[in-house]
Amino acid sequence: MQDMLVQVEPLIPALRRYACALMRNRATADDLVQDCLERAVSRWHQRRDGSVRAWLFTILHNLAVNQFRQAASRGRHVPIEEAGENEFDGAAAQEHRLVYQDVLNKLAKLPEEQRAVLLLVAVEDLSYAEAANALSVPVGTVMSRLSRARERLQQEIEGAAGAPGNVVAMRSLK
Amino acid sequence: MNHRPITEDDLHGYVDSALEPERRAEVASYLADHPDVAKRIAAFADQRELLRAALAPIADEPLPAELNLSRIIEGRRRRPSPVWRAVAAMLLLSIGGVGGWAMRGSLQPAQGGLAALAQEAASSYSVYAPDRVRPVEMRASDGAELVQWVSSRLGRPIKVPDLASSGYRLMGGRLVATAHGPAAMFMYDDDHGSRVVVLTRPMSSSDHDAPMTAHSNDDVAGFAWADDGMGYTLVGRSAAESLRPVANEVRRQVRGAI
Repeated sequence: MQDMLVQVEPLIPALRRYACALMRNRATADDLVQDCLERAVSRWHQRRDGSVRAWLFTILHNLAVNQFRQAASRGRHVPIEEAGENEFDGAAAQEHRLVYQDVLNKLAKLPEEQRAVLLLVAVEDLSYAEAANALSVPVGTVMSRLSRARERLQQEIEGAAGAPGNVVAMRSLK
Repeated sequence: MNHRPITEDDLHGYVDSALEPERRAEVASYLADHPDVAKRIAAFADQRELLRAALAPIADEPLPAELNLSRIIEGRRRRPSPVWRAVAAMLLLSIGGVGGWAMRGSLQPAQGGLAALAQEAASSYSVYAPDRVRPVEMRASDGAELVQWVSSRLGRPIKVPDLASSGYRLMGGRLVATAHGPAAMFMYDDDHGSRVVVLTRPMSSSDHDAPMTAHSNDDVAGFAWADDGMGYTLVGRSAAESLRPVANEVRRQVRGAI
């Protein structure tokens, strides 16, 4: 268990960051991470060789997907646009707070599957193969979702810059 | 020079620093010649940096108490899994075995394999009879399933003695681990809080048949015998002699079954 403590503990802040950005709700995110850690403790000896980081993100992502499904089936899923604007309030550094908040709000408008890929690859540094494994999809699907996520986020950013409030009009440069 | 064409995947690989150095150089040279694509890729790289910076503060926050990993590990230890309970039971059995060996002088005539069997029964009794939550794995109401289970694990048909005529009601049973393989344990209650345990398992060839002998230590006493390769023992927390009629009844019934 000492071995596990040494390898897993330093990764908890990153797991939390991913869960927060994906779920957009701090309490839900922390519950998920806790659940993830409990599973990691009980399955530590069953894990295969390979990156512990990727293994933990796979467990966490599967839990998040279940959470999305349950919320959807209960019909209590809060549409992402209506989620609290200030969920990230405490997190952003004072100086860039508005800029950061703005990009996170735009990120939140992406479909969950695109958001997940972008976060795992661009923020959490999973390789494309590791992200594919975590999401249980082929690498090709990871690449196409990543591409769509970046295009769409860019539309949001440029749309807001060009015409405030209008996020549909701008097409990305090709 | 014969370059492979640059793909969309290469462009993302460039943004995410996921390319081999050689390929990375090829993409860089392509971008130098294609300013429109370069602009789009630069925007993706900016996105990446912006997202990382925006989300970094979350990873810098102190962790809430419920995400303390040492505490989660500790919590699991306090709530042992069924596997650990089984291991703990086996440890208790082996401790009981050592205790029995240390007290071998106080054991009554039971010899050799029967002595071991008697000790296993005493250990199982000590572990399970005082258990108020789950003294048996399968209840008497599931009698048929219980018989099927232990018979398949012991590799021969096992009969559950009916001790109602002796005033003991069957509570149920379980499989227990012994140094000589699995044994079937059945527990009975007299409805006044007094319990007895019947333990049975196959014996080695040298103990194929053995007459009924009494055995006891400070707490648990009873009788053990072997019939046709199967060892039997009945133990309880009473003077051995008071259990003799019950043991005789068990022997009569299991003999009838063979």
